[in-house]
Amino acid sequence: MPAVRAAAAIASGKIARSLLRASGRGATALPGLVALAVDPRLVARLADALPHGAVCVSGTNGKTTCARMIADIARGAGWSPVHNRSGSNLDRGVAAALLADATWRATPRGDVGIFEVDEASLPRVLRRLSPRVVLVTNLFRDQLDRYHEIDALARRIGVALRALPDDTVVVLNADDPIVASLALGRKGPVITFGVDDPAVGGTVPQAISDATRCPRCGEPLVYRRIVLAHVGDWACPGCGLARPPRDVAAARVALGPDGSEMRLVGATRADAASITQDPEGGEMSASGASGSDDETATSGPEGSGIPSSGRSRPRAAIAPRGPEGAQLRARAAAGGDGEIVRVPLPGLYNAYNALAAIAVARVLEIPLRTATAALAAFRPAFGRLEVVSAEGRTLRLVLVKNPAGFNAAIAALLETGRRPRLLAALNDRDADGRDVSWIWDADFESLAPAVETAVVTGLRGPDLALRLKYAGVPRDRVSVVDRWRDAIARALADAPAGSEIVVLATYTAMLALRDALADMGHVGRFWED
Amino acid sequence: MAAVPDLRIGHLYPDLMSIYGDLGNVLTLARRARWRGFDAEVRAFTAGERFDAEWPDVWFFGGGQDQGQDVVSRDLAGPNGESLRRSLDGGAAVLSVCGGYQLLGREYVPEEGPAIRGLGVIDATTRAGRRRFVGNLLVDTPDGELIGFENHSGRTYLGPAARPLGRVVVGHGNNGEDRTEGAVQGKAIGCYLHGSVLPKNPWLADRLIGWGLARRHGPVELEPLDDREERSAHESAVEVARSRR
Repeated sequence: MPAVRAAAAIASGKIARSLLRASGRGATALPGLVALAVDPRLVARLADALPHGAVCVSGTNGKTTCARMIADIARGAGWSPVHNRSGSNLDRGVAAALLADATWRATPRGDVGIFEVDEASLPRVLRRLSPRVVLVTNLFRDQLDRYHEIDALARRIGVALRALPDDTVVVLNADDPIVASLALGRKGPVITFGVDDPAVGGTVPQAISDATRCPRCGEPLVYRRIVLAHVGDWACPGCGLARPPRDVAAARVALGPDGSEMRLVGATRADAASITQDPEGGEMSASGASGSDDETATSGPEGSGIPSSGRSRPRAAIAPRGPEGAQLRARAAAGGDGEIVRVPLPGLYNAYNALAAIAVARVLEIPLRTATAALAAFRPAFGRLEVVSAEGRTLRLVLVKNPAGFNAAIAALLETGRRPRLLAALNDRDADGRDVSWIWDADFESLAPAVETAVVTGLRGPDLALRLKYAGVPRDRVSVVDRWRDAIARALADAPAGSEIVVLATYTAMLALRDALADMGHVGRFWED
Repeated sequence: MAAVPDLRIGHLYPDLMSIYGDLGNVLTLARRARWRGFDAEVRAFTAGERFDAEWPDVWFFGGGQDQGQDVVSRDLAGPNGESLRRSLDGGAAVLSVCGGYQLLGREYVPEEGPAIRGLGVIDATTRAGRRRFVGNLLVDTPDGELIGFENHSGRTYLGPAARPLGRVVVGHGNNGEDRTEGAVQGKAIGCYLHGSVLPKNPWLADRLIGWGLARRHGPVELEPLDDREERSAHESAVEVARSRR
């Protein structure tokens, strides 16, 4: 009697949730754990009942922001998303979100699931449910104590993606060789996104690159442009694997202090299906290597980067094969050539997040105008450049957890010419990563000359102070303060009225700082979000 | 007037063997040499280019992922391995961590397939293990405590020519059985300490700097530095390791 079991699971989960709320704690993952214990098939049951299906958003960085963007877009289309928006992104978090939304009789109230999924949990979540779309944003070294090595993680995700049914559309970042290679051997449809603006990125290799070698043959990759770490315009001279053509791309990205503006190119790939439908079932470079017209227009050596709209091919070129045909054809309608997208969050990485969200919107057959309107009105998620006012100062909260995310956030801050006053907090709990080694790979050297003052706190605050010392921040500009409230008070006191304090913190440190800010009356509790 | 002694730091395979925050080690060697008024220069040495192994006074060899380690072991099987061995025999010092440590040993025996030969400058053999050792690693040595973070599945066993770097207080170390951690053989040091290890354990950094300077300049006195931040980070990491064991 599955229905009874599901109802029992729902009941126990919901009771756990109300108990937690009553005790004043944010109910995020535990109710899901309780419900899953009663009915392990609950997630699949609830997800299958969603009329517009489910979207899983995974990758190292950008999950929360992308998932929120997609949820806003879905709401703009008049849908009501079920969304695990508190950053609880293990399988039990997905269960908890479905549970919170479900009626006591185990039917969902929402009509589309948008789930942020931890990249290490993705294979397990994909075994539990068959989403309509799976998005992988990027893969960088992150929390090596938990994920170990990125190669092995990518292999596990690749296996999980290949096992998905043919009607699941996989959306991948073309500019990340590790992510783009996840499509190798997948039979079902794949859609890619990337940045085609030749002015974005440089040619100098970055120290933290995780993929200096071809994921397929091991030869050193060559880059025409490097955007961040191993992300860019890449190719392997050994086996010919190369950055695949982009279905959704920005021909131009103009970065500003409070956001960016992108001009979209419609289709840069002549045959979107080639990446997955090679008869050998393992090639994805053919279309990139042979070079369609559009390909040379956007990334050829003499390319202006702004192809005239006349050169873009109609989407009809896509093979309408299998059950995905309808979805792929829908992309023709959503072409988007020359469309301007405004992203009200600074940083190139947020431009990538918006491109990913647009790609997902396409698969969901939501009109591009709906998507761009939702993006233009987007508000940042918890700790993702979120702004809080306190005592006449502005605190900009930046969640940091790995070198690539740190460097991207720092680049966004420095681009604006700010001289940051920092409040930096490093914890080493499970959710932060118990290994704080990553701070030595993060580019504090770029940040150091701009640092006006730094207040350092957290369980491993002294490690952070040491990192700042070796990065060249003078000792008299750094103070280590033990308690969260004291650290906030000190940072506010160091900063003149009207100035901005940049808060860099790992996950549990950010939660603690948010709690302290809430106690001081400056901000709401994060789970009320 | 004599020229300021200079320290040449060779970073082995930075593109392939640089995960787990190992960059901090190279930075620490260079900074601590410069803070004392020595010139310090860092050069990268990587696969496919012929090493000028005469150049470095001190090498750093970090850990990598499987694919990187395959490429590196192939490269070391060629002339670059021979050059590196000559350099170390000729008095250069080396700090190796995790994968680099294993590759400086005699061999690495995977779970399946043939053994991978190492350079053999450290008398140690590593076998693949099932369970991964992940966590804080606190080590007692005759010269002081070392604190770091281990993350490895290899089990390393020392031969008679190598002596352990220290004794495990918290964590697993070389193999999780004999309580040893790391190896010292001449001026070659191997260990499983990430962290990075040198910033929080400055005495080990200074030992390597001293060894490196001595290669071309003879014994050089290292004046003490103000290590407040180093001590504080060391102590807080030790406290975390002891309280969560």
